[in-house]
Amino acid sequence: MKTFKAAALSALMATTAGQPMVAADLEVTHWWTSGAEAAAIRVIADAFKESGNGWTDGAIAGAGGVARPLITSRITGGDPMGATQFTHSSAMRELIEAGFMRDVTEIAEAQGWKAQIFPQSLLDSCTFEGKLYCVPSNIHSQQWLWLNNAVFEDNGLAVPQNWDEFVAAAPTLREKGIIPLAQGQQAWQIQLMFNVLMVSIGGPELFDKVYGELDADYAAGADVAKVFKAAAEARDLMDGSNVQAWNEAALLVTDGRAGGQIMGDWVQGEFMQAGLKAGEDFSCLPGLGVHEYITAAGDAFYFPKVDDPEIIAAQDELASVIVAPKTQVAFTAAKGALPVRRDVELSDPTPCMEKGMEILKDGRIVESINTMVSPDTVGRVTDLVVEFFADPDFTPEQAQEEFAEIIATAD
Amino acid sequence: MSQSGKPTALFKNLSAKIAAIPMVLTALMVFVGCSVWTIIYSFTNSRLLPSAEWVGLDQYERLWGTRRWLISIENLAIYGILMLILALVIGFLLAALIDQKIRFEDGFRTIFLYPYALSFIVTGLVWQWLLNPEFGIQNAVRNLGFETFSFDPLYNPDTVLYGVLIAGLWHTSGLVMCLMLAGLRGIDEDVWKATKIDGIPAWKTYIVVVIPMMRPVFITTLVLVTSGIIKLYDLVIAQTGGGPGLASEVPAKFVFDMMFVSQNLAQGFAASTMMLVAVIFVIIPWAYLEFGGKKHG
Amino acid sequence: MADVTTNMRRPSPAHASGPKPRRAFSRKNIMIYSILFVLAVYYLLPFYVMLMTSLKGLAEIRTGNIFAPPMEITFEPWAKAWATVCTGLNCDGLSRGFWNSVKITVPSVFFSIAVASVNGYALSMWRFKGANVFFTILIIGAFIPYQVMIYPIVVLLREIGLYGNLGGLVLVHTVFGMPILTLLFRNYFSSVPEELFKAARVDGARFWTIYFKIMLPMAVPIFVVAVILQTTAIWNDFLFGVIYTRPENYPMTVQLNNIVNSVTGVKEYNVNMAATLLSGVVPLTIYFLSGKLFVRGIAAGAVKG
Repeated sequence: MKTFKAAALSALMATTAGQPMVAADLEVTHWWTSGAEAAAIRVIADAFKESGNGWTDGAIAGAGGVARPLITSRITGGDPMGATQFTHSSAMRELIEAGFMRDVTEIAEAQGWKAQIFPQSLLDSCTFEGKLYCVPSNIHSQQWLWLNNAVFEDNGLAVPQNWDEFVAAAPTLREKGIIPLAQGQQAWQIQLMFNVLMVSIGGPELFDKVYGELDADYAAGADVAKVFKAAAEARDLMDGSNVQAWNEAALLVTDGRAGGQIMGDWVQGEFMQAGLKAGEDFSCLPGLGVHEYITAAGDAFYFPKVDDPEIIAAQDELASVIVAPKTQVAFTAAKGALPVRRDVELSDPTPCMEKGMEILKDGRIVESINTMVSPDTVGRVTDLVVEFFADPDFTPEQAQEEFAEIIATAD
Repeated sequence: MSQSGKPTALFKNLSAKIAAIPMVLTALMVFVGCSVWTIIYSFTNSRLLPSAEWVGLDQYERLWGTRRWLISIENLAIYGILMLILALVIGFLLAALIDQKIRFEDGFRTIFLYPYALSFIVTGLVWQWLLNPEFGIQNAVRNLGFETFSFDPLYNPDTVLYGVLIAGLWHTSGLVMCLMLAGLRGIDEDVWKATKIDGIPAWKTYIVVVIPMMRPVFITTLVLVTSGIIKLYDLVIAQTGGGPGLASEVPAKFVFDMMFVSQNLAQGFAASTMMLVAVIFVIIPWAYLEFGGKKHG
Repeated sequence: MADVTTNMRRPSPAHASGPKPRRAFSRKNIMIYSILFVLAVYYLLPFYVMLMTSLKGLAEIRTGNIFAPPMEITFEPWAKAWATVCTGLNCDGLSRGFWNSVKITVPSVFFSIAVASVNGYALSMWRFKGANVFFTILIIGAFIPYQVMIYPIVVLLREIGLYGNLGGLVLVHTVFGMPILTLLFRNYFSSVPEELFKAARVDGARFWTIYFKIMLPMAVPIFVVAVILQTTAIWNDFLFGVIYTRPENYPMTVQLNNIVNSVTGVKEYNVNMAATLLSGVVPLTIYFLSGKLFVRGIAAGAVKG
C-alpha cells in the first residue's frame, strides 16, 4: 500500500506542480446511484475532495433514458458539467470531433499512463486522432454465465461447465418447475445476452468479422447460424423469466427459482449479497465455458471543454485521482469491477474475479460492440433481438437474414 | 383601441397585439420554428449533432421500412382509439352518476380525480406492481382460493396494451369526469324540466339534447385527452419499457430512443415529422371549421 | 366557438342539476351507489396499496400480500425517503429537492398563467387579424411530444443566454403550458357577456384596464383550474428539470427517479412507495382542498365556447 500512496502522491504533485492550489466546485454527472455503485463513486469523490476541491454530485439514475440526453444537451447547450461518466463507446466521438471535449493527453503523458493502464485497448478507445479524451475508471466484462450450484446439485445434476451442458441440464430443471435461464426483459440486457452468445458460441474471430469488418455475407453464413441456433435455445430456456431488471433476474437465481443467468460481472455483487460464495455456492463461466474471451471495456470519465482555469485545474485533479493506484484499489473493490492498472493487486478477489484477471492478462480480449459500431447500429441490432427473444414464432433463420441486412448497412 | 390618431390596420388593437407578443413569439419561434428546424434536419444524416449533409428522403425510406416504427404506430392507434372512447364514456358516465344529486359527491369526485395529480411515472410504477402476477392482483385472488385465476396482461404481447390502458384510464378518466360534470352543470335546469314534461326518458335526453349542448366541453376534453395519447411515453417507460419484445412500443418512445439512445437525430426527426404531419392533418380542418367564416367580435 | 352565446346565464354549478329528484332507497339509487362504489375501488386501489406498502417493513413485504394492511405499522420508510435515503452521493433523501421544486413551480405557474390568461383575453375579446392562426398553431403545439423539442429548445435557450439557469426552465414551462391554458382562458372569456365588454369600451376603458378591473375579478374560478393543472404538471415534471437546469436546482422528481430506479439487492418497495407518495403530497393536497373549485372553474370556463 505504501508504494501506492507514494505513487499517488507523486501523481498529484505532477499535475499541481507549478500551479497555485486553487479550489473549485466540479460538477460530476454520473448514473451510479445503486448501493455498490454509489459507494464506489464516493471513493473517487472523497479522494478528489482531499485536494481541497468541491464535488457537486449530478447523479441521474437511468443511463439511456435521461443521462444521455442530459449530457449532450448540457455540452452542446454551452453549459457543460465539469466531468461526466460514460461507457466506453463511439457515442462520444461526435462530441469530440466537434471540439466540445477536452483532451487529457498532457496529464496522461506526465503520469505515464501508457505504461500503467492495462489493457492497452482501454486507452485506445479513448484516443481520437492521437489524443486522449477520456479516463478509464474500471473494467467490466460481460461474457459470463452465472449458475446457482445448489439448483443443479439438488436435482441430481452436475453443475454445468459450459453452455452445452447447461442446455442439456435444462429439461430436468423444467420438470422441477425451475426456469433454466433467468434474464431481465429490458432491451439492453437482451442485446447483451445476444452479443455474449456471439462472442462465446461463435468465438472472437467471428465476432470481429461480424462487427469489426461488417462482413454481411459472413453474417448470413453457417458460422453465425450456430449463434442464432444457440439464441433460439436460450429463448426456450428463459421462458417464464418475467422480470425487468437484471438484479431481479439475479434474485430468481439466488432464490433457486432459476438455474442461471447470462450477465456482466457486476451481477456477482448480487450473488454475494444473497449470502452465496463464489466457487462454492455459485459458479461463473467466462465465455459461457466455450470461448473464454471477455470484453475489456467499462466506464470512463470525459471532460467537456471549459474556460474557467479553476475548473480546468479541478478536471486535471479528477483525472489523476481516478487512475491513482490508491483510488483504483478501493474503487474497484467497491464496484466489483476490475482495475485499469497492471500494478494494482485486487485486495480480496473472488475466484471469479481471478478468472477474469487471468483472461485479461492472457490478452484474451474482444473489443466491445459499443466501440466497434455506432450506437445506431447497436440500436437496430437491439430492436431485432428484442423482438426475436420475445416471439417464439420468430425463426432463427429469419432473424439471421434480418441481422445480415443490418450488418450490410451498418456503420 | 383606435382613438389615437388615424386608425391604420396595424395600430388597431395595438395593446392587444402587444399583449399577444409572447403568444406570437411562442407560436412562431418555438412551435413553428422548432418544427421547421426538425423537418429540415430530417432530410439530413444528422447523428448525435445536427449536420447539414443532405440525404433527401433516405430517413423516411428507412423509417417506413422499420418494423418497430410500424408496430409503434399500430399500438398508438389501438391504444388511442380505445383510450379516447373509454375515457369519454367512463368520464361521462361518472359525471352523469355524480350529477344525480348523490350524497358524498365531494368524496367521490375527489376519489376519481386524484390520480390526475400523480405523474405518469408514478402511475406506471404502481400499476406495474398491481399487475405483476407474482405479487399483484393475480396472486391476491389466487390466495383467496381461486388457484387458476390468471391476470397478467403485462407479460403477454397480445394483452400488454390493455394493461397500459388500465393505467392510462385510471390516470385520465377522472379529469374527463370533472370536465363533463362541469358541462352538465352548465346545462340549464329548464332543459330537464322541458324534456320531462314531454315525457322523454332521461337517457334519451342525455344523448339527444344534453350531449350536443356540451360540444365545447367535448372539444376541450378531446384536445386534452388526444394530446395526452400522442405524447404517451412516460407511462410505457415506467410500466413495460416497451415490452414484452416490442409489443408496447409507441411513437414518442421511438423518437426519443432514436434521438438519444441510438443517437440518430435525423431518424428521430423523420419520425417526429410524421407525427407532426398526422396532427396537422387532423387539426387544420378542425380549426377551419371552427374559425372559418366567423365574424370577429 | 361563440355559437353557444345564446346561453348567457352563468352556470349554477354549486348544486347538481341531474334529471330526477332523489328518493333515499330507490332501486335506481342503489344501482348508482353500487356502480360508484365499484369504480371507487378501482380508483382507490393503487393509492391504498402505495400507502399500505409504505407503512410495512421489508420483511413483511417479502412474505405478505400487497393488499393486506401492515401487521406492524412503521413510519421508518417515510422518514428514510424524506431525509436519509441516498440518491447518488447525497444521502438526504427527497428533502434535498423539495425547495427546488417550490422554486421552480411557483414562478413557472405564475408566469405561465399570467401569459396564458392575457392570451385568452386577447383572443376572445380583441380578436385581431390572424389571431386564430396563432391560436391554431398553439393547439397543434399541444400535441407535439416534449421529447421532440428538447434539442431545438436547448439551441434556443443557448442563443438567448438562458440555458442552464432557473429562468430558462421557467420559460420552458411557460411555453409548454401555454396551449392548454390559453384554450381554457379563451373559452372562459368567451363566455363573458359581450355587453359587459362593450359597455366598458364605450366608457373608454382600455385593454389593460378592462383586463385588470373587469376580467380578472370575474375569472377567479378559471385561475384556480389553471393553478391546479399547472402545479401538477410542473411539480411532476422530471425531464425538463433535469435537462434545463443544474444539479443544485434539480427538482424533487430527480431524487424520486434516483430512488425508484436504482437497482441493487432487494428493492426497498416501502421506501419507494413512501417517496412516491411524498413527492405527490403537494399536488394531492391541492386537489383535495380545491376539488370543488376545480369543477366550478371548469364549469364556468370550458362549457361555453
